[in-house]
Amino acid sequence: MTLRRIGPLALLLCCLLAPPAAAPAGGGVVQQGKALYGQYCLSCHGANGRGISQAGKRRIGAGPLRRQAVQVGLGPSLRGVGALAADFYLTTGYMPLQHVGVQPRRSRVLLTNGEIRSLVAYVASLGSGPPIPEPQPQRGSLSQGMQLFTDHCAGCHQIAARGGYVTGAVPPPLQDATPVQIAEAVRVGPYVMPAFSAKAISDAQLDSIIRYVDYTKHPDNRGGWAIGDVGPVPEGLVAWLIGLTALIAVCVVIGERLKQDG
Amino acid sequence: MARARDVVLSALLLFVGRPRPPRVRRGDYERIIPERPPDAGGELLAIALFAASALCAIAFVAFYALDRLPNQTQLLGGSLGLSFCFLAAGLIVTGRRVIVTEQLEHDYPAEEHREDQETVARIVEESGDRVTRRRFFKLALFGAGGALGVALITPAASLGPFLDVDPFYATPWRRGRRLVDESGRPYRADDIEVADFYTAFPEGADEENIASPVVLVRLAKDQLALPAALARYPADGIVGYSKICTHAGCALSLYRTPLFSPVEPGPALVCPCHYSTFNVADGGTVEFGPAGRKLPMLPLAIDRHGYLRAAGNFDEPVGPSWWGVRDRKPTS
Repeated sequence: MTLRRIGPLALLLCCLLAPPAAAPAGGGVVQQGKALYGQYCLSCHGANGRGISQAGKRRIGAGPLRRQAVQVGLGPSLRGVGALAADFYLTTGYMPLQHVGVQPRRSRVLLTNGEIRSLVAYVASLGSGPPIPEPQPQRGSLSQGMQLFTDHCAGCHQIAARGGYVTGAVPPPLQDATPVQIAEAVRVGPYVMPAFSAKAISDAQLDSIIRYVDYTKHPDNRGGWAIGDVGPVPEGLVAWLIGLTALIAVCVVIGERLKQDG
Repeated sequence: MARARDVVLSALLLFVGRPRPPRVRRGDYERIIPERPPDAGGELLAIALFAASALCAIAFVAFYALDRLPNQTQLLGGSLGLSFCFLAAGLIVTGRRVIVTEQLEHDYPAEEHREDQETVARIVEESGDRVTRRRFFKLALFGAGGALGVALITPAASLGPFLDVDPFYATPWRRGRRLVDESGRPYRADDIEVADFYTAFPEGADEENIASPVVLVRLAKDQLALPAALARYPADGIVGYSKICTHAGCALSLYRTPLFSPVEPGPALVCPCHYSTFNVADGGTVEFGPAGRKLPMLPLAIDRHGYLRAAGNFDEPVGPSWWGVRDRKPTS
């Protein structure tokens, strides 16, 4: 094949792959995102991403026999949250939320990648906000990451990043979080998580934290048996179970021997 | 003191002054258990073992009292365990070599209770025949038991302070003291951002002091709902609370801060030990969990250069609660 023949083909391929990269420039993607927004997000986040912070019942229909009310959604304003937050909530499956008032949890992503890109482009177009971060975990330091994770994250997510519990909310395990999602979550502070600005955790420190979280996905278990990496309670349970069984076995043996002697 | 004296006196009366059981006189009856020669060696061994048990139990009390020992836990466990082992060994030696052991089977007629009692008393009396140093032996046995008993109730001394409580009210905070981070850098008011939380210490004071660490958070003005007495405690929306949980003294390391207040739980500090949850918007009241009193709040001020300073002392004593914790206010 000559270069002349490859040329147009490559161009065609580029055109096929390019749209996402060119999205912010082109209005088509934003328009597509706006349509999707109307379909999935509008009921809670309001028209043009203004947010709805006052809950109220809206009556639909008219006349004495057709009095129906619907619960209008509640949701924060999306102006100025940028592509960062939109990308986080959509790629984790946190949004669209099933119903208002529950904690967003990682779930199956129902939108296609193309749809997510359009929605992200639309939300980003609502106001000037942070772009999708590009973390470089390979540049981070694992030991510094562990220290930072201990300081800022382990209180809720546990040192092994297996998630935990806070009254009224469940800090999720981080085993499925991608580096980009971790970087986004630290800046956004989803649900009741604190948000950390670049002043509190710099991008370089964030790289280290992500490197550490990646490490916890397959930690080096010196003891050999991780028991879910969830700390002393299950370990204690196992110890009791094995220890008690052994003690009972010893008692039974002694009892049998006494019976034989007597 | 008067009450303690009464208790000691009545205990003495109870043990010393109680009536003796009637002794069965030797020689009146034929022996039930055949006579055996005394085993002086076994008896001494048992006494020695009981003495060792008592020593170990006393050592436990000593280790407990001498705080600050290296490996204290191991010493405590070792001494108590050894005490039990010696006691068990002493009892085994007593059973095997000192007491006459003879299994006798009798079908006692149910009506003849009186005679049974006498027989039992005689058996007990005669089975102790081999013991020559009777009083010494008793002393050793009760010494071991008593010392072990004292060792077992010693940890109750840690249940609560009641004599010397002044140090618990003392805090290193006083008006004008700057707040610094763990590396000693003073905090400026604009370092404190919304939705994040910071640990601060008093400038130049001991960080290890339980009253030193403070959590700083910034709340929006409309989020704050402080009672009138605490209305002047925040500085520009920044509130400071003791980092030490009022339940068991753990460090509050979890901060819950809603991204969208209308549908999410309110801002609160949560203790990782037992999930005591303190509302930071209304002065640190307990929202959930075993903590029995509100989180102590530190009044804050911002000086001319923008640095955060304490505007006084905490409104409540810091740290886990004890009897009488509410009696006084903290002192500088």
